[in-house]
Amino acid sequence: MSTLIGLPKNGYRVVPGPEAYLSPSAAIMGVVLPEEGQGLIEGEIVPQEVAMEEIANRLLSARNPMLFPGPLVLWAWSDKAVAKAKALQDMVAEVPGMRIIPMPDYRPKYPMINPEVEINPNHPNLTIWHNNIDVCMFVGVHCHFANLALKIVRAGTDCYTIALCGERGHEDAMITLRDVHAEEVRKITETIKRVKMGRVSCQKEE
Amino acid sequence: MPERRVVSPEYMLFDAPREKKYLIGNEAVAEAAKRANVDMAIVYPITPQSEATHIIGDMYAQGYIRDYYRGEDEFNVMSAVAGAAMGGVRVFTATSGPGTLRAFEMFPVWAGHRLPIVCAFMTRGVNSPLSIQPDNIEIGWLADTGMLIFHAEDPQDFFDMTLQAYIIAEQPEVHLPVGVCVDGFFVTHTREIVELTPEDEMLPPYDPSVSPVVAMDMETVPVRHMKDPFVMKSNYISYNTHASWQQEVRAAAERARKHIYKYMGGPIEVTHPDAEIMFMTSGTAAAQARVAMERMRAEGIDVGLVKIKVIRPFPEKEIAELAEVPGIIIVPEHNITGWLAREIRSRVNNNSKIYSGPRVFGGMTMPPEVIVKETKKLLQAGVAV
Repeated sequence: MSTLIGLPKNGYRVVPGPEAYLSPSAAIMGVVLPEEGQGLIEGEIVPQEVAMEEIANRLLSARNPMLFPGPLVLWAWSDKAVAKAKALQDMVAEVPGMRIIPMPDYRPKYPMINPEVEINPNHPNLTIWHNNIDVCMFVGVHCHFANLALKIVRAGTDCYTIALCGERGHEDAMITLRDVHAEEVRKITETIKRVKMGRVSCQKEE
Repeated sequence: MPERRVVSPEYMLFDAPREKKYLIGNEAVAEAAKRANVDMAIVYPITPQSEATHIIGDMYAQGYIRDYYRGEDEFNVMSAVAGAAMGGVRVFTATSGPGTLRAFEMFPVWAGHRLPIVCAFMTRGVNSPLSIQPDNIEIGWLADTGMLIFHAEDPQDFFDMTLQAYIIAEQPEVHLPVGVCVDGFFVTHTREIVELTPEDEMLPPYDPSVSPVVAMDMETVPVRHMKDPFVMKSNYISYNTHASWQQEVRAAAERARKHIYKYMGGPIEVTHPDAEIMFMTSGTAAAQARVAMERMRAEGIDVGLVKIKVIRPFPEKEIAELAEVPGIIIVPEHNITGWLAREIRSRVNNNSKIYSGPRVFGGMTMPPEVIVKETKKLLQAGVAV
């Protein structure tokens, strides 16, 4: 059942909002997580490389792209975490104008959060609104909190969400990849470089 | 205790050799806990569960389980296993009827904390005057706690489903508690042939690093929610977070479906899917309905059976599709409320063809003759098939 390729039969798509007073979970609407080697674009299962290409396009087309790193990559709790964090820094450096706002922990910060410098899973929309973020990428956020934040962002903002997951992925993001570790981040960076070069070539031809 | 080796979940469920033993359900579930590589069991005795948890205590003494104690009561037990699971270990517990109700506050707490606790519910009557006899009314109440709920038919199911429960509960995108339910006495105290995997093979240890929430202390949510003004705030953000949190728990249950197909062969078992008359039921009522089906088919009456193994997430698409064919759907149950018939009715078009019953409770048995008689009565009354 859950390995069907394609969109849910009800036609539900995971697209930028503001979607609803209370958005449904994409999983409840029939969106299923990708299998190994696959990703999701707006609820549709695609090969991993296709999702990477779309991530590159979205980031490079954004007015204000933002990385939201969570505790799993902010803290040097393992060699793999350190390697992934370094790979992410390299990726950010390849995207013009991309900035980083961390999600250092999950404690509710209401009403004292400073949306200029951090994001919180319980009210991520405040950070999106305050900084006019049009494309964001979640990475290193524990899955429950990532889904919580992604759904709230979709409910109340028009931000395009990308989630890189070290486990099985996130249906509530507009693009998601599963099993993302340092090597996969480096592949995304290479894709970004390639897409960027392609755009430069097109401009020269014009 | 023999030297034990870790085997993969797939090997244990599908490829491991099986040895036949003559066991009651309480022995079967304890054997499953032994093979599940449980770190800690915390229990409080209650009929008809007591024997299983007594055996698990013996297993602790033998070294199969790393820690074990008897709590002060069921609320204590269900709180304590939550603490153990938050600490990152694999836990097992079990209870029955009034124990389920005493501990009830903790079940949605388990789900909200995304704790992959496996709890066996050996169901029994909860009414006054006191009854210790079979009655599964509590499953209907458990169904909306956010837990996954399985309903075993016999000791073999009880063994297999307990192992399957750990494997499915601990999937990173699921990571929810599972209630493995059986009808007390009919399963817990009935001796049947059970095919067991080797005693010296166990599941891989639980890996808490895949948890969708952080290891918990008083500074991290959702524990933090309890003492933070956030939880008390009367504003949209606060309400929206709590609503989204509950939605994510239900989404996690939805994600269990593919693992239910992989490890359990699906949430239902169907015999004669094109039959004109269909029994749809669960637990030991499925065993009785199967006998009734065979007797009626011997008389030339076209009857089939859908055994519902998984109550949460409810197999709504499967049931809706199967319900298109028969002219009558009969739902025998061991409780007074007819919770399973309600579940089915709410998922089926043209649900006027669903008959809730026969229902027995308070310890009464459900002889197949009763199911046959009730079905024939419907047919004689001119119900269109």
